Amino acid sequence: MQVDPIHQFQIHDMMPIMTLAGREIAFTNSALFMLIIVFGVSALMIGASAPRAVVPGRLQSIAELSYEFVANTVRSSAGTEGMKFFPFVFTLFMFVLFANLIGLIPYSFTVTSQIIITAALALTVFLIVVVYGFWRNGLHFLNLFVPKGVPKVILPAIVFIEVLSFLSRPVSHSVRLFANMLAGHITLQVFAGFIIMLAGAGILGWFGAVLPFAMVVALTALELLVAFLQAYVFAILTCIYLNDAIHPGH
Amino acid sequence: MSDARDNGSKAHTDEAALSARLQRLGEGLALKRAEDRSNDASENRAATASGYARGFRLSSELVAGVLVGAGLGWLIDRVLGVAPWGLIVFLLLGFAAGVLNVMRSAGVVASPGLDRGRRKD
Repeated sequence: MQVDPIHQFQIHDMMPIMTLAGREIAFTNSALFMLIIVFGVSALMIGASAPRAVVPGRLQSIAELSYEFVANTVRSSAGTEGMKFFPFVFTLFMFVLFANLIGLIPYSFTVTSQIIITAALALTVFLIVVVYGFWRNGLHFLNLFVPKGVPKVILPAIVFIEVLSFLSRPVSHSVRLFANMLAGHITLQVFAGFIIMLAGAGILGWFGAVLPFAMVVALTALELLVAFLQAYVFAILTCIYLNDAIHPGH
Repeated sequence: MSDARDNGSKAHTDEAALSARLQRLGEGLALKRAEDRSNDASENRAATASGYARGFRLSSELVAGVLVGAGLGWLIDRVLGVAPWGLIVFLLLGFAAGVLNVMRSAGVVASPGLDRGRRKD
């Protein structure tokens, strides 16, 4: 029996919507899971803030903890001024976290394992940094590319390298999240496939199947950690990039 | 910042008990935040939590730099018709940018912007 580890990432149309310039635009399983994520986050936040208790209940505790967590992240890496971007960072963090966590449920679809999604998120961050940086600092923003204390002779090369380094940010920002989720889910699927293949090989295979089964259990725990960690890394990188827009090199 | 707030609160204590309490709460929060900040050894502590995550992070930084350099060089070749010089120069620059990215995310060199100022303080 063969198990296709890539099958889980397939996008299929669920409901055609319209045709735009010869391309069919449909409601896909990816779109469905994005809707589920948005509804999930909204339900958690609205449901948690409804009681407005001084002593928080379980749900309110989750909401308050996530607020505190993201607020501390923003403050520590983008400064108090960065708090004006708190809603944006919080939205990103919750979206990515929910996408990663929901993706761990068997038979579900992992939205963040599609590079188009993570690239769109990273490009949004990138464009906000560029636009806000120029809007707030004017041409002073370009100081970001001119490090201090560099000899004049090699300055042009350094500026080119700095610009390239800046341009490569959305790439590494998006690829990190996408590749982590993709690799994790493929690994899980491959080990789960070993269980089925071994179990199909007879009574001796049943004993052999215990090993990959233990591995899958351990990997699931690791994936849970990765799901949270990658959401956090995505948020903290957003903060660090926003920090550049708020305070470009002095 | 907390000094200014301190003076402010002393001037307003008689105005209303509520505002005084709010001030005190704000001061407490600011104090706690400062504590948290000093406790926070590095900004990306969680990002470097495991060796796997760290290695992944660094390699993606390097690859991103090289890819962007190659892409930009290819584009310049296409637009300006100076092939293959754009690709050669920008691939090398991209590699340098990738190495710079890696060194930055590993904390070997300071990143531009506030980080450098903060370290000097």
